[in-house]
Parts: sequence; C-alpha cells; structure tokens
Amino acid sequence: MLDSFLTQFWPATVDGLSLGSIYALVALGYTMVYGVLRLINFAHSEVFMVGTVAALFTLTTIGVSHELSGVALIGMLLLVAVIAIVVSGVTAMGLEYIAYRPLRKRGGSRLAALISAIGASLFLQQLFALIVIPRLFDLPQVGGRLPVHSPDWVRLSDVIAIGDFVVRNDKLLVVVAAVVMMVALDQFVNRTNLGRGIRATAQSPENAVLMGVNIDRIITATFAIGGAMAGVAAALYLMRFQETNYFVGFLLGIKAFTAAVLGGIGNLRGALVGGLVLGLIEMYGSAIFGSEWKDVVAFVVLVLVLMFRPTGILGESLQQARA
Amino acid sequence: MNSNRSSAGILTKSRQTIGNRMQQIRDWWADAPRWARWLVYIALIIAALLLPASSIGSFMTPRSDWATVLFYPIGIYVALAIGLNVVVGYAGLLDLGYVAFFAIGGYSMAVLGTKFGWSFWEVLIVGVLLTSGSGLILGAPTLRLRGDYLAIVTLGFGEIVRISAQNTDAIGGPRGIAGIPHPPNLSDFEILGVKPLRYGLLDPRPYYYLLVLLIVLTIIFVKRLEKSRVGRAWAAIREDEDAAELMGVPTFRYKLAAFAIGASIGGAVGVVWATKVISIIPANFPFFLSATILAAVVLGGSGNIPGVILGAFLIAWLPERFRVFEDYRVLLFGAALVLMMALRPEGIWPSRRRQAELAEGTGGMGALGGEVGGPGGEVEAEARAPELER
Repeated sequence: MLDSFLTQFWPATVDGLSLGSIYALVALGYTMVYGVLRLINFAHSEVFMVGTVAALFTLTTIGVSHELSGVALIGMLLLVAVIAIVVSGVTAMGLEYIAYRPLRKRGGSRLAALISAIGASLFLQQLFALIVIPRLFDLPQVGGRLPVHSPDWVRLSDVIAIGDFVVRNDKLLVVVAAVVMMVALDQFVNRTNLGRGIRATAQSPENAVLMGVNIDRIITATFAIGGAMAGVAAALYLMRFQETNYFVGFLLGIKAFTAAVLGGIGNLRGALVGGLVLGLIEMYGSAIFGSEWKDVVAFVVLVLVLMFRPTGILGESLQQARA
Repeated sequence: MNSNRSSAGILTKSRQTIGNRMQQIRDWWADAPRWARWLVYIALIIAALLLPASSIGSFMTPRSDWATVLFYPIGIYVALAIGLNVVVGYAGLLDLGYVAFFAIGGYSMAVLGTKFGWSFWEVLIVGVLLTSGSGLILGAPTLRLRGDYLAIVTLGFGEIVRISAQNTDAIGGPRGIAGIPHPPNLSDFEILGVKPLRYGLLDPRPYYYLLVLLIVLTIIFVKRLEKSRVGRAWAAIREDEDAAELMGVPTFRYKLAAFAIGASIGGAVGVVWATKVISIIPANFPFFLSATILAAVVLGGSGNIPGVILGAFLIAWLPERFRVFEDYRVLLFGAALVLMMALRPEGIWPSRRRQAELAEGTGGMGALGGEVGGPGGEVEAEARAPELER
C-alpha cells in the first residue's frame, strides 16, 4: 500500500496538479457567484459541459487532421478556449437571466433558487443529450448519451524528465494556463472598476446600491466571468481527456464545488488552493487505496478540514477585499 | 406590448382569485371544529386506501400499472419527502445527501434479511435505529457548520455511502444484493376463521397499504413533534439561529435531533422499499434522488405537510403520466422546476408561518444576497404597487 504510494508519488503529484487546475477554474465560478449572491449555482457544472461541447465542435469544424505540438498547439488551444469562453459565458448569463433573476426580483429564498438551479441543470443536460450533441456531431439520437471523442490533436511529449518526475506537455499546459487565468482574474477583481463593484456587492448589496453600483449589471458580469473561467477549464479538459459527454459536468462540478468549499467559499485564491489540494488528495488517495476509493477519500478529507477549519483553508473573503 | 400587459393582468388576477379562495379555505380550516377535522382525516385515509383502484389508474397512468407506480415512485417519494421535510422544512438545514439514509435502510433490510434471516418487522426496528445512529454520526461533526458547508458535506456523505457500497464486496459490490425476503404474507391473515385479505404473490397493493400505514404514522409523529417544544425550537433555529442560541435554545442538540429523526424516517422507508423490490444495487441511490426529493419538498412548500405531500406526488406522478414524451420527460421536468420556482418561489402550498418568514427574508436558507434594493427591484415594486390597490 505504502509501496505503491511511494512508486507513484511523482506521477500522482503531476496528475493531481493538472486535474486540480481544472477543478480550480471551475471552482471560481461557484465561488464568485456564491460571494455575490450567497447562492450555490448548481447549474454551473452544465456551463462547463456546454463549454466542452463548444470546444469539441470547434475542433471538428476546423478539422484538425494531424497532431499538433509547440506553437501550433498553443495557438489552437487559444482559439478553442476563446470560443469556449464565449459560449460558456453566454450560457452562464442566460442562466442567470432565466433561472435566477425572476427569483431575485420576487424575493425567493436561496432554497428556491437552488431548486431552480437543479431544474436548469437537468434541462441543459437533457437538451444536450437529446438534441444538441446528436445534431452537432451527426449522431443518431441515442448517441447523444455516449461519450464523443475529439480527433487526436495533441502530440504528447515529455517536457521535463528528472528521474521519476516526468511532466507531459498537455499536463504542463493545463497548470500554466490555469495559473495565468487565476492571476489575471485576481488582478481584474482587485484593480478594475467592475472588480471593485463585484467586491462591493459581495460585501454589502445595500451599501453598494447607495454608492451607485448597478447590482444587476454586477451580477450579470459575475456570472459571465465565472462562465468564462469554466470555458477555459472546458478547453483544457478537452485537451487533456479528448472526450466529452452530456454528463461530464456533474461529477466535475461537485468536485469543483468541494474545492471551492475546501479553499474557503467566496475566496478567489481559496479556489485555486482548494482545487490544487483536492486534485492532489484525489491522486494520492487513489495511489494508496486504489482509484475506486478516490472520491471517498476526497470527501472524507473535506469533512476533516471543515471540522478543524469551518470556513475552509483560506477562509471566506470575497467580502474582505482580499478577493 | 399593450396586449402583452393586459394578458399579464389577467394572469395576475386569476392568480389572485385562486389565492383568495385558498385563503378562505385555510381560514375555515383554522377555525374548523374537531369533529370536522377528524371527518376530513378519515375521508383522506379512505381515499388513500381506495386509490389503487384500476378505474383511477386508467386515467392517472395509462401506460403503466397504477398500483405499482403508487408504491414506487409516488408512495416512496411522499414518505421520503415527509422525512426530509423535518430536516429542511422544520429545522431549516440543507441536506443534499438524504438518499444516504434511504440507502442505509435498504441495505439493512437486504443484509439482515438475506444473511441473517431476520423478518421484516425485526429489521424495520433495527433499520430505524441504525439510520438514526448514522444520522447522529454524520451530524455530530458537521452540524456545527452553517448552511452551505452543511450542504456540501451531506452531499459528500451521500456519495460516500453509495461508492462505499459499490466498492465493498461483502455486500455485493456493484451487483448489490438479491433475494431480499418479503414481509409475512397478508393472505394468511385469519380473522374468525376467514381470510379476508387475499392478494396474489406479485400484487403491489399490500405493499402500498403498508406504505400508507407508515406514512400515516409518520405524519402523526411529525405533526406532534412540530407542535411540541422541539418543533418550536426548530422554528426558532430556522428563523434566526443566533437569536435562538441567545434565548437558551440548545441549537446543536435540536439540529442533531432533526437530523436523526429525518434520517430514521428515511431509513424506515428504505426498509419498506427494499422488502418489496427483492434486489437492490448501489445505483438505486444516486444524487439525483436526493435532489428530486429536495425539489419535492421545496416545490410543495417546505414546512407544510400537505404541501410537501402534494409536491412529492406531482414530482413522482407527472413523469409517469407523461411517458408519451419518453426521453423528453426529464427535460420537461427540469424546465417545469425552473418555471414553478419563478412563479411561486415559496412553493405551491406553503404554511402561513413560512410565507411570513419568507416575506421577511428569514427562515431556512434566508434570502438571496443581491436581492436587496437593486434599481430594477425598486422600479418593479413601483410598477406593482397600483395593482395591489385595485
């Protein structure tokens, strides 16, 4: 047991970090919406799913015929990511407009909003399984529930190899891209006007209104940014795993939400820390206990962390200006 | 634009008339004498017993066996929703892993019944004890957490139970357990030398009656609790936990009690379900079921037993009724949830107390953060004001 852990330590670390980066990017969407609205946006997992489908559709439309590497790969990834960002961002905004705004205006409870989110999530899943995926990829209708594979568009190669410590190019790209997006978002929230509006709304909606912040606009922007991050995650996911299906968001969404809570929900840097920690825990857990137990290990660690630090590793603080 | 507005007017007006009518009925019920209430209760129970009749079934579910549907999903959903209502509706705790207790109940029946040969009634008692114990074990470390942290931990617990069942070969792994014994046969029941209750071996009706009995007992139990000191403590906790603590309510103990009671109801339902279906697998207990039951509670009107029953009934029955749409059922179900919540955020049939709490922005999960005083909100409030005067 410990033996297998020691032999798999470095591979597990690399895999954990690259998986954790994707969790972290999706977790941002949960954490930002939670910070502003105090709402668990359950349908965010579907925003991610829509992003993967958009990314895959882009790839098949362009028709990548051979495996890419180097600059060509990065360029293609950027293109795919931009389209996924737009589609996911628009989906998230639409979601807010249809599923949450009416509730907000009528003073619905957060519980009602949660149910609305679950409904929207089911709707999007089925919409894609029954209509969108079969249409986009010319599948018979039953095919909408099966995984759709992307063409092989990444030439895998080892970038760094020091003894056991081997890093493949796609895993490295995932981590680098996630960190870059994180830093960019952090700067955005801390430096720009819109970012200040988001922080103000998170701190106190009433006072934000008194200071002339247009809350509706801020909330739309929050959803759009969260959706955009999910779009980046979707493009990276597609590069890393090369397939998607209508249900891909479900487990990943739960994990990402777990990551957000682990790091301290409402805290942007917490999402990064939580995502990476969760990814590592999962991979170490599956190295020690076998991969069928990795979800159990992840949740048990979550419970343990929350018992000793009830507000997560970094604490909740989109409000407290640290972003 | 203009026609649009007038049609909206008709919609609001009809909603108001229906609302007023409902309020009148509620006023009557609030003042109704004891005998009238008992008459209604008895009529409801008789109606529940007559419900499996095939003439009703031919309308309700033309494409599947009505009595079977009545047991699962309708009856099971109703019973589970009543149990979850204790946690969500009374104590205001968000539980996203309720299916775990249903699973533990089901597995107690399966394991104790097949491996140790226990009878249904013995397992029912032990299963209730086991699940309330597991509710305590889950609750003790986690109930100090507030709202949303509790939600993710319970969700995790639900997944842990399912995955553990899937990975443990001693209880059948992913293949589950088959050959679960049935309860003692009702057909052998003798009174004055005659056997009045004769049902075929595969007839679902005896199980339905068993479930009705369980539901009625649960409702009585839960209603008594709601009116007791415990129920008042729960109301205080869900309205303002800090204030309750300051007034001397031991909030943690009462939250734990709500968790354990909700869990034991879920466990009892699990035992009854497992004893009918003969074989269970871990895939019977997905997160989706937790979400569905929660949707039933909130859609019906959390905290109000008749509302919760109505919600669970609708959520279980509508997909069965509209089997014509085949694959599109879940799609429509999702859209209906969004629509219903937008139209009636407080649920179809909320209790008056909950309605007042929601209007104040307290109660259970509280209001959405960004809802307060947005510019859009003010404009809409102004637009709505003259309508109220009319």
